Formats: sequence, structure tokens, C-alpha cells
Amino acid sequence: MQEATVRRKKPLGQAIADNWQLYVLLLIPVVLTFVYKYIPMYGIQIAFRDYKAQRGIWGSKWVGFEWFERFFTAPTCARMIKNTILLSFYSLLWSFPIPIILSLAINQLRFPRYKRVVQTVLYAPHFISTMVICGMIRIFLSPTGGLVNLLFGTSIDFMTESTAFRTIYIASGIWQDAGWGCIIYLATLANVDTSLYEAAKVDGASVFQRIRNIDLPALLPMAILNLIMAAGSLMNVGFEKVWLLQTDLNKATSDVIAVYVYQQGIENAKYSYSTAVGLFNTAVNLILLFVVNKIASKASDVEFV
Amino acid sequence: MKNQAHGLSDKTSDIVLVVLTGLILLVVAYPIYYVLIASISNPYDVYAGKTFLLPSDVSLRGYQAVFADPKIFTGYMNSIKYTVIGTIFSVTMLYITAYPLAQRDLPGRKLLSIFFILTMYFGGGLVPTYLVVKETGLIDNMWALFLPGGVGVGNMIIVRNYFQNSIPHELIEASEIDGCSKLGTFFKVVIPLSMPILAVMVVFSMVAYWNDWFTALIYLTGAEKAPLPLVLRNVLIKSSASASQASTISGGYAELNKVTEMIKFSSIIVAAAPMLVIYPFVQKYFEKGFMAGAVKG
Repeated sequence: MQEATVRRKKPLGQAIADNWQLYVLLLIPVVLTFVYKYIPMYGIQIAFRDYKAQRGIWGSKWVGFEWFERFFTAPTCARMIKNTILLSFYSLLWSFPIPIILSLAINQLRFPRYKRVVQTVLYAPHFISTMVICGMIRIFLSPTGGLVNLLFGTSIDFMTESTAFRTIYIASGIWQDAGWGCIIYLATLANVDTSLYEAAKVDGASVFQRIRNIDLPALLPMAILNLIMAAGSLMNVGFEKVWLLQTDLNKATSDVIAVYVYQQGIENAKYSYSTAVGLFNTAVNLILLFVVNKIASKASDVEFV
Repeated sequence: MKNQAHGLSDKTSDIVLVVLTGLILLVVAYPIYYVLIASISNPYDVYAGKTFLLPSDVSLRGYQAVFADPKIFTGYMNSIKYTVIGTIFSVTMLYITAYPLAQRDLPGRKLLSIFFILTMYFGGGLVPTYLVVKETGLIDNMWALFLPGGVGVGNMIIVRNYFQNSIPHELIEASEIDGCSKLGTFFKVVIPLSMPILAVMVVFSMVAYWNDWFTALIYLTGAEKAPLPLVLRNVLIKSSASASQASTISGGYAELNKVTEMIKFSSIIVAAAPMLVIYPFVQKYFEKGFMAGAVKG
């Protein structure tokens, strides 16, 4: 990388010499990133090979798209793709607007101490481990003595109901991260010129009109950016929570690609097959990211300019 | 709705907003509160629904059982160790990456930035990364938790932007005129002036390591190396009482069952409490940090 810049002009050699200490600082991060991020990218080719540990990546036999074919003809393939997309899509549908609405409300609170308490409490669940959250979910939803069943006087075993899985996953996700999702919006709102509020007040605008005409437009660019990022990772359902909430009986909706990649790759040591499935997932994600990005930049041209 | 809103005075809207946020506050806080009171209550009362608001038959036996369990105790100690070492490592990595990349006149800066940022969007995936970790001899080694994560690129960008936007350029120039090297400026000017973002990054990193179990699940095969959340998987997800508990408890299966249930609640508190106590201290920096980080330098 440095060499590429050396070739350009003379003073650069001097500039590089002046900054040698900075390059030394970067040495370890660059090496770590190269070894643990870039070499694995190169290793993706085992998705097209029949990887055998004794032969290594380069020595293993080339098999083309065999693993992909195997995945697409697997009996649960369609179900996993569908579950992954639906779980992600419904999550996005709910968890995208809620932080926006929440931050608009919090931003208008005029009692600083109360506002701070609200923020502190709403951030709290974000700091709890997924493992603990899933433990709480299982305890609360237990058919015997679980909080939810106690409150409603029922004895439903939610964890074995495949129809309940998505609701459980999404509702707990909102509980955990909606408050934290407000931070970026609150930071944006803190930048809004206060003279706008004063002017709006003079004009007799109510709080809700101020939110609609001042706050909401201020949030829009950030919201669109977040939407792009979220839509671009539509196939990126996290492994952890699904795996911890999965039971034999809710697999009809909880069977997702990420869990399959883990089970095949780490538990069953089917390295090539798991890599192929993971690569398919990543490829779909990248395509989605490009498409959404294109659409959003077109849409925002119309909206903002 | 627009027309209705038009007539609302500020006072009315204050009330509406306070009630609304108050309700949300309750919904978020109640589950944690419920676990807390259940952890000190008699499990039979918890199961009979007698502890919605206040604990009943208060005792600390759940907590005693948690700390008497050697597996949980080892997990706790492991988590403390991983959190301390991991945080020092990760924050150091963030700083030594962000500082050079914050220098606008650094030759190759753009290429180096792309080199790091690209890894946010594309990666080798689970198995190829696993194989590299294995090749580098880190299986069942604590460093497998830290090294493959390398540089947290998202946080690195926030720190870099903070360096660019919030540290006055004149101070850096003055220090260089005084004869400080780049490295000297980094230690004497930049680090002391970046305390708010440092505090945020330390907390983020602590939380990440304290709560992580997936990396340990994949790379740490020895049970004695498992961090707390992974140990708690047996208690919370698999709902199994460990053999060590059974041997320490007299009173048969019913008593064991009761203690198992108590352990669930108290272990949740024990695992969640440290981070819940720490983050409010740096909360005021969150927004500032994000703001400085969100503005492109």
C-alpha cells in the first residue's frame, strides 16, 4: 500500500519518512486484520472444493457448485430461506420506526432529570447478554409459574409454539434495543437549531406540529441511512438469539440459515458445505445492499434536492 | 390528528409525553425488577404468582447457591479476566488504528482506511475464519477471543472522527512545534484530550467481552475456560442442575429443584449487574461520542 503512494511524487518519500511512527502504530492492526479478516476471505474458496484437513485449502479437490446444489436440494432449504427473510423483514418493520417515535417523544421532554432517568432505563437492556435475555424469556414464558402465564392466568408453553416464535423474537428485540437505537436520533435532534423552536412557538405551533415540521425532517437523512443499512443485512439474522430460543417444536419458524451454518460447520465439521451455505447468504446480502442503496440514493435525490 | 394537536397547549402535551414515556419506562424496567425480587423470594411463592410487586419470604439462598457452584464461580473469574484483558487489548487497537488514520496528510491514508472498512461489509464467514484461527494455534487459547476480532472498525471510525473533530488542531500543531514527535503528541495531547470517547469505548468493550459467549463456544473447547454466559447456558437454557449442586444440597430432589429455580433468577442478576452498574457513569458521553463520530471528517 505504501509503495503505491511512493511512486507518485518526490515529497511523498519525505512525508512517509516523517510519519514512520504512525506506520509502526498501524503495524499490528494491519497484520491482525490481514490474517483474521482477509485470509478467511481467501479461504472462502473451500466452498467450491471438497476440503480435507490433511490436504489443506489448495490441495483439496475442486468440486464446483456441488455444495450449493446440495443446499438447494436439501429438504429444509426453502424453509430456512423463508424463515430467515421473514424473521428479518418483520423485525425491521417493527424495530425501525419505534426508536424514531421514541426519540421524538424523549427529545420533547422538558424536565431534564426525568429525561435522563428515561434514557438511563431505556438503555439498560442493551447492556445485558443475549444469553441472559434468552434465559429471562424462557423463564417468563414458562407454562408453569412463568410471569406471562401468571399474569394472564393461562398455561401456554410458548417456546414449543412455532406460531409464537417470531413474536417472541421481535418483541424481546424491541424491549432490548429500541431504547439504545434512540441514541443516534437523539444526538441528531440535539443538533437542531433551537431558534427554529422559538420561531415555531411565536407562530403558535403546538408540540406535535414542531415535531412534525422541525424534528421529523431533521431525522429523515439519518433514518434513511439506517434503513439502508438494515435492509442491506436482511439475510443477516443473528445466530445467537435464534439458537438460544430454538426448540425442537418451534423449528417450523425458527430454522434459519445462520443456525444451519453453525451446526453444519462447527458441530458437524462439514467445512466446505457450511462455507457454501454461508457464502450464499453473504452474496444475497451484498446484492440487497447494492439494490437498496441504488433505490435510496434515487429516492433521496427526489426528496432532498 | 393534526387538527386535534393544533389546540393542545404545551402543558397538555407535557402531560401526554410524561405519561407515555412513563408507561414505556415501566414496560422496560419491570422485567428486570421482577427478576430482582424473584431472586430473593421463596421460589414457591414466585411460582404461585405472589411476587409481582414485592418479594416474599426474603432470603439470599439463591445467591449463596450461585457462588457456591464451582462452575459458575470459575466462569465468573474467567469473564472478569477476559473482560479486563480484552478491553485493554481492544481499546489499544482502536487508538493505534484511529490516530494514524485521523492524520489527513498521512500518505496512503485512504487505502489504509478502505483496507479496514471493507471488513465491515464482507468477511470470510464462520468456517473460513475458524480454520484460520485453528491454523494460528488459537483453539482453546484465550487469545482466540481477542485477536480474530482485531480492530472494531465501527468504533474505530467513531474514535477517528472524534480525533479529527473534537481535538483542536492548534494544540496538535503547538505540540509539534515544541518538538514533540507524532508519537509524543499522541501520548501527551491526543490521549489526554480524548477522555470522553475513551470512557465510552472502554465501556463498550467491557460490555462486549462480558456478554460474549459465541466466540468462546466456537474456540474454547475446555469447559474450565468457559466465560460466565456460556456456563449459564446450562442453567438458563438447558435448565439442568449441575452435579456439583446436587452434592452440596441436602433435602432431596424437591429441594434441589427449588434451588435450581432460585439459581436461575439470582444468576441473571449476578451476570447482568456489573454492566448495568457501570454504563450510567459514561451515559452522558454516549450522545456526544456518537455525534462527534457521526460527523464525517
